Amino acid sequence: MVKMAKDNKEALIKLGKKLFAEIDKGKNPTIELPVRSLSNVSFDRKNKTLILGNKTAERSFFNVAHAKKFLQTLEVASIAKDLIHEEKHASLRDVFYMAKRTIPGTKVNLVDEQTESDDVIEDLELITELSREQLNVTANKMGSVVGRVTIEDRGDTIRWDKLGSGGYSIPSTVEEIKFKEVKADYVLYMEKAAVWERLNEDKFWEKNNCIIISSQGQTTRGIRRLLQRLYEEHKLPIYVLCDWDIYGAYIYSVIKYGSINLAHQAERMAIPNVKYVGITGDDVVKYDLKKHIIRLTDQDIKRIKQVSEYDWFKDDKVWQRQFKMMKEISGKVEIQALTSRGISFISEVYLPKKIKNKEFLA
Amino acid sequence: MAKESGKKEVIVAQELAKGQREISISEFFTKNRHLLGFDNPTRALLMTVKEAVDNSLDACNEAKIIPEILVDIKKINEDRFKVIVEDNGPGIVREQIPRIFAKLLYGSKFHRLRQSRGQQGIGISASVLYSQLTTGKHSVIISKIHPKKPAHYYELKIDTAKNEPLIVKDEIREWNKDHGTKIEIELEAKYQKGKQSVDEFIKQVAIVNPQAKINYITPENEKMDFPRVTNELPIEAKEIMPHPYGIELGTLIKMLAETSSRTLQGLLTTEFCRIGPGTAKEMCDKAGLKPDMKPKVINHEQAEKLFKAMQEVKVISPPTDCLSPIGEQLLEKGLKKEIPADFYITSSRSPVVYRGFPFLIEVGIAYGGELDKEGQVKLMRFANRVPLLYQQGACAITEAVTDTNWKAYGLNQSGTNMPTGPAIVVVHMASVWVPFTSEAKDALAHYDEIIKEIKLALQECGRKLNIYINKHVKAQEYQERINLFEKYIPEVAGSIAKLSNEKKTVIEEKLNKILKRERSSLENNGENGKGQ
Repeated sequence: MVKMAKDNKEALIKLGKKLFAEIDKGKNPTIELPVRSLSNVSFDRKNKTLILGNKTAERSFFNVAHAKKFLQTLEVASIAKDLIHEEKHASLRDVFYMAKRTIPGTKVNLVDEQTESDDVIEDLELITELSREQLNVTANKMGSVVGRVTIEDRGDTIRWDKLGSGGYSIPSTVEEIKFKEVKADYVLYMEKAAVWERLNEDKFWEKNNCIIISSQGQTTRGIRRLLQRLYEEHKLPIYVLCDWDIYGAYIYSVIKYGSINLAHQAERMAIPNVKYVGITGDDVVKYDLKKHIIRLTDQDIKRIKQVSEYDWFKDDKVWQRQFKMMKEISGKVEIQALTSRGISFISEVYLPKKIKNKEFLA
Repeated sequence: MAKESGKKEVIVAQELAKGQREISISEFFTKNRHLLGFDNPTRALLMTVKEAVDNSLDACNEAKIIPEILVDIKKINEDRFKVIVEDNGPGIVREQIPRIFAKLLYGSKFHRLRQSRGQQGIGISASVLYSQLTTGKHSVIISKIHPKKPAHYYELKIDTAKNEPLIVKDEIREWNKDHGTKIEIELEAKYQKGKQSVDEFIKQVAIVNPQAKINYITPENEKMDFPRVTNELPIEAKEIMPHPYGIELGTLIKMLAETSSRTLQGLLTTEFCRIGPGTAKEMCDKAGLKPDMKPKVINHEQAEKLFKAMQEVKVISPPTDCLSPIGEQLLEKGLKKEIPADFYITSSRSPVVYRGFPFLIEVGIAYGGELDKEGQVKLMRFANRVPLLYQQGACAITEAVTDTNWKAYGLNQSGTNMPTGPAIVVVHMASVWVPFTSEAKDALAHYDEIIKEIKLALQECGRKLNIYINKHVKAQEYQERINLFEKYIPEVAGSIAKLSNEKKTVIEEKLNKILKRERSSLENNGENGKGQ
């Protein structure tokens, strides 16, 4: 199921041996890695996922522009090797602190900001063909789930429907979770924790026999893998609920096709059949949400232009129509705007009706 | 009963009246010396030098004389000093000398609107009073107005009860000088080096007054000479009438009482700028007053209405050609002679208006050279060419500097702190009325218009600084980065050793060999500006 690249320790040793061989021959040690930017990401129309192109970049030590990044890459690689050796897991934040120090005899810090070490970890995934999880590096837990599901996690049996108001907190790696019983017709994912809390309080999942999952903003890898496993292993349809704005549209596309900077992981995580329930521009008219429109900023308008030109949206008439509506009314609407129709309008009317009538944006 | 209590009240009032008396100016001074900048002995020394030097420069400026100033501070003992300041200014006519030096709040500057160093008329007489209060000594003044006229020698004190000059000695003396003034003031003080010292003050004065030649002898008998780098005198600042938007109610009431105009309209049109008969009439109508009223009969309530009307009626901005900037070229010359740096950039903005007062902002930046690379950027603040050494944190100039994004201009800065890097930033505000936060004249008040102008000038200089840094400093940094390889090698060797299970020392040795071989080609890449 998951593409497990060989032995993780071996992969790191291989990197070390390669660089040693170059140094041994008096060559400038160089790491080659695929370019991780939009220019090297394309949309595979057949498989409906993003794929990483063939463009590669070189990172050499004896190059003034690369030296520090080279140093960071190897530092983080050796941290990962230690973690694997000791069978310990560290968070992205831990790795940052493990790497952070001043290089003796200089005023240079090996890393100054966590984004630097995070970035290098993503590079290492490409260099070693190991996933971050295989490098024993975890992210923060950022999501909650509730539904009639029983799982086994590190030897504990957990029922998702018996965890009160907080629900089950999704770990950063979900590969080790075993599903023992799954009773649901579909999975509803939403970008807002506050909406999840509303639906949980209203027992939406119980009344509609579904699983509800939320994140706070960006959909983490753990959540994306969890959605994919529920989709693939239990054949559950996945529905997405986002704000009607360009960021909501992008969140949806990341779940569906993969993300630009993790295009190399798209295959592992994309769910091409995911459906978008709302909010849509048509809802704004139908449910009279006009008075809750938030005006677009210049930043928003720029982003609409950018996203609407992505390969995977470019020829999508349904979404192009939504982008056009956003521009025409020059506004966006949050999920919570539905509250103006009553606090439980979303769980009692809006969602059941939309899902029953299959009013989705494909 | 009523009669009795009435009687009692009278008695209480009489009792109270015994305790009520006029507070003498010296008493006020002693209790409020911090307001005037004499709160500690270090500052007292600085204030005395400052007031004397300000007066000399202002006098030379008005008389169109290229200034030549001697500042000599003699240490008498640990906490007593004698300040001697001598200039080649126009001199002071005999009758005026006692009042200028030995009467507080006497001066020509308070009632006029003109860009000048002093503006309150407290100045030098406060130093004379301070001297008298701390040492009991009189101050000595000698002044000469013409080669053919005699020099007048005075020994003066202040009659502190009456705030009148007390002449100890009044003589005619030989003075081998064409014209000029010399003062000697002895006071309790403390001499220190550093950011808020007399040394720093004189250096900063020299930067913004490149036309002045200043010789300074410190209490430690070091001689510091600040040469003149231009014979060009600053353009003369013109006096302007107050603008209705920039006046206080109290000043208006005073003007109403003291005016020689016979009608209200006459007062408004002749004693303010930018008010014509039409505007004057509109103001009077709005205040419910007649334009032909006698100003002297206007009562307080009517004055308040008039004041309000004056703020409400639309009046065009005051003229701005009354200011005297240092100028971009001269500011650059001033910086160059006093600050050893690699790069200098200055900007002098056009005049604009705040609250009815015209002002203009000038900025200069010196970068590189011998300036401290690691520390905070040094800020020098000036108001009408006078250095402001205290209260940096409370000053609008500081706010404008820290609020500017210096990262975009090649300096380091965290958040909205003072930027760091090898730079000195000079900010000068010239105005007919500088809005200080207190009488000690240390910090500018936070007016949006002023902060905005300062930021624009800083940005203008910042952009040019950034171009320079990119061109010259980046090449140097490139060299430094090549030197970093040596330090990186042990780190990389350690990581590769861990990953490959090879020996760290072997890897280190081999990497050092490669570096030795590659060094020259790395350096060439830098010169070609590729950075690859």
